[in-house]
Amino acid sequence: MPATTTLAPVTESSQELRRALTAVDPGRRRKDRAMRGVIYGAFALAMIPLVSLVWSVLTNGLGRFDLYFLTHSMRNVFGGMDAGGVYHALLGTVLITLVTTLISVPIGILTAIYLVEYGQGPLARAVTFFVDVMTGIPSIVAGLFAFALFYLLVGPTRSGLVGSVALAVLMIPVVIRSTEEMLRLVPHELREASYALGVPKWLTIVKVVLRTAVAGITTGVMIAIARVIGETAPLIITVGVTDSINRNVFEGNMMTLPVYVYRQYAAGLVPCAPGDASCIATINYDRAWSAALVLILVVMLLNLVARGVSRWFAPKTRA
Amino acid sequence: MAQRIDAKDLNIYYGSFLAVSDVTMSIDPQSVTALIGPSGCGKSTFLRSLNRMHEVIPGARVEGTVAMDGVDLYGADVDPVAVRRQVGMVFQRPNPFPTMSIAENVLAGVRLNNKRISKGDAQDLVEQSLRHANLWNEVKDRLAKPGSGLSGGQQQRLCIARAIAVKPQVLLMDEPCSALDPISTLAIEDLIAQLKSEYTIVIVTHNMQQAARVSDRTGFFNLAGVGQPGRLVEIDATSTIFSSPTQQATEDYISGRFG
Amino acid sequence: MASPTTATTPPAAPARVARTRTKPTDRGLDRAFRYLSVGSGVLILAVLAAVAIFLVLEGLPALTDSELADKVQWIPEGGTLWSLVGPLIFGTVLAALVSLAIAVPVAVGIALFISHYAPRRLASALGYLVDLLAAIPSVVFGLWGVLVLAPRLQPVWQFLADYLGWIPLFEGDAHGNASNPPRVLMTTAVVLAVMILPIITAVSREVFLQVPRLHEEAALALGATRWELVRMAVLPFGRSGVISAAMLGLGRALGETMAVLMILSPGLLYSFQLLVASQQQTIAANIAAKFNDADDIGRSTLIATGLALFVITMLVNMAARWIVARRKDFSGAN
Repeated sequence: MPATTTLAPVTESSQELRRALTAVDPGRRRKDRAMRGVIYGAFALAMIPLVSLVWSVLTNGLGRFDLYFLTHSMRNVFGGMDAGGVYHALLGTVLITLVTTLISVPIGILTAIYLVEYGQGPLARAVTFFVDVMTGIPSIVAGLFAFALFYLLVGPTRSGLVGSVALAVLMIPVVIRSTEEMLRLVPHELREASYALGVPKWLTIVKVVLRTAVAGITTGVMIAIARVIGETAPLIITVGVTDSINRNVFEGNMMTLPVYVYRQYAAGLVPCAPGDASCIATINYDRAWSAALVLILVVMLLNLVARGVSRWFAPKTRA
Repeated sequence: MAQRIDAKDLNIYYGSFLAVSDVTMSIDPQSVTALIGPSGCGKSTFLRSLNRMHEVIPGARVEGTVAMDGVDLYGADVDPVAVRRQVGMVFQRPNPFPTMSIAENVLAGVRLNNKRISKGDAQDLVEQSLRHANLWNEVKDRLAKPGSGLSGGQQQRLCIARAIAVKPQVLLMDEPCSALDPISTLAIEDLIAQLKSEYTIVIVTHNMQQAARVSDRTGFFNLAGVGQPGRLVEIDATSTIFSSPTQQATEDYISGRFG
Repeated sequence: MASPTTATTPPAAPARVARTRTKPTDRGLDRAFRYLSVGSGVLILAVLAAVAIFLVLEGLPALTDSELADKVQWIPEGGTLWSLVGPLIFGTVLAALVSLAIAVPVAVGIALFISHYAPRRLASALGYLVDLLAAIPSVVFGLWGVLVLAPRLQPVWQFLADYLGWIPLFEGDAHGNASNPPRVLMTTAVVLAVMILPIITAVSREVFLQVPRLHEEAALALGATRWELVRMAVLPFGRSGVISAAMLGLGRALGETMAVLMILSPGLLYSFQLLVASQQQTIAANIAAKFNDADDIGRSTLIATGLALFVITMLVNMAARWIVARRKDFSGAN
């Protein structure tokens, strides 16, 4: 070691320095600690509703959550009867969501392709702007739109299709945004490599760009589905309610899971005759909680699958 | 008043990775000490350990002592925030706060401790600090404008003004000219020569001519080998290091044979 | 367009080369594909225009009917459309603003916690927990809010009415009490706040994480504590981001239906009393509550209120954009 060291002797000035280095302004330290507490507290505060909600749904919902509940409708279920299930609502939700997806995904992906691959000039700017505006449309307004559209075309009507159109208005911008993001992640070199091989633009988009981004797009679509599957308000006014199974999306009221939750809650407590053992006063609330549990499970499942898709099917060469 | 710094048996870790090993060196007060060496040799890491800035990276820790005028900066009762007040720092890229005006930037550090600084005192301090940083004449008419509107060299001098406004004992500079053009570099080098009458200055630089121009003493850092931690090879008067270094590695480096 | 030949000739040259190599069907498909994708973009514009047009068309009968109050029972006697829409807009905005006042500080706190306080390794997992809140359907929030949360909040509201009742917002009813069951705007706003928390947190968090390391180190090197670092470098940098996040949250809160529908006991007053039932109602909840039983003119009236909601949310979203744009020169995006 060529360097030599001698620790300086302790002098008066170093005493002063020691004070400067150890004496922190108590006010500043107190403020720092207080704000740390506040910020940790904010997080803890946000966890209260999450934990409470999940706990409530589990404890209240597990009671009726069984195979019977999943495989029976509400047909011929009255008052405080210990019966009734969610099958018709589950079916309605699946069908309506399916139709919504069939409408939204092609439009959403094609629009995203337009924005990323073709779009320039005022039209692209307008589309970008109005996609943002569309993201902000309140769900009830989407419901009103779908109702008004069908009302003017075919007169007053309620069906799964009307609901699907309403939900599509909400889903399309989400699909566009996530797809756009994924397409922009595809390196430009890949496109140029494809053009250099003489592949036309549309084939390049389909075979190279979409192929590369397919995992991300799928994830985005599933998350968009998870988002609209819980929508309630537009379905109340466009699809209505029913207690029976309706497999026809094009005609008649349908039940959906979120609307089922709302309807069961709105039905309230059952006035049971005293001593009537077969009458459960809280049956409607119990069913609402169980249906909420089913709904949350469906949403969580979609989110998990979406995450799985993006993890397992992502392009293998990650930068 | 400027202070001396003595590092003794300093090991710096990132998690379990030993980045710099066994550095012992003394830094004289009111002098400029330059640290040179190839990239990744730990000279910046060592510099950041002198004001405990490396602790910002999770998992970073040191063994050994860094004493400022005999007071261990890593002592149990020493507050890292207070250390950084005594040991100012200027970074590789100029980093004025973009949301603050030029004057607010200069006062940023002072406002932390002394909220109720009077308007007149604040103006005096801004002027004094900017004069010290050779920037006053260029910005005195636009003190209320954002600092990000200045040129790179001006921004860096603004950062120096900001650092000296809190009246530190020591000024650390981490490659302060690497993002600047030659004329701005010259301005900063002139400034360093002026500032050393009041501050202890430690400067990390990739530019050996710069080390030769501005420093009184020069320390050469190097990797002990591939995958090995960085270490201090030697430190001596700048003229000695550049004319007759005792270590072969130092001579190879300054003669441009590697690095 | 003065010299179209010079403008188009250079790109045409390589195209001619390509033409000899690609099959004619490919070129047709190329064009078809482009029209398809441009068509989708145009469709988006058409859909949005259609939303506006159909709402206006369907709302028109209510907007032009001078004897509306006689035909629609929920319009006060002798009133006009405005005596319905006015209080509804008031209630909608009030509920959204109160929920925003609750949500923004908490969301900023959470965002700071995740970006600058939580241990790095835990941060993303903790962030995911907050995102989980966004995945929960609004109807479940409503159910939880009215059956679980509301009974527990009632004592708190009573406390506010007892001790802070001199503030108009917390004024109790004629007996100085907070309503029980607390199906009041305050309870609704708490649930709305929980619902908009994830979006505000997510956007703020992204902005806080983008604060350049250089600025953070500059603050630390001046001897800033963690909070002072946040005050000096993080919050100023993120301010416009937080504002636009809040605006996004506001947009959500304005349009949220189910939580309000299930929790709030409606009224049509211009009332600031947050702790008393049957004072206010929001546009969205009012539509959901009345639409299915309404006749033609009633539906038309509700659609007219929906149009008002549409316009308000659009204005909020545009304002968010404007604020972000205005603050650009000090935003540090250089």
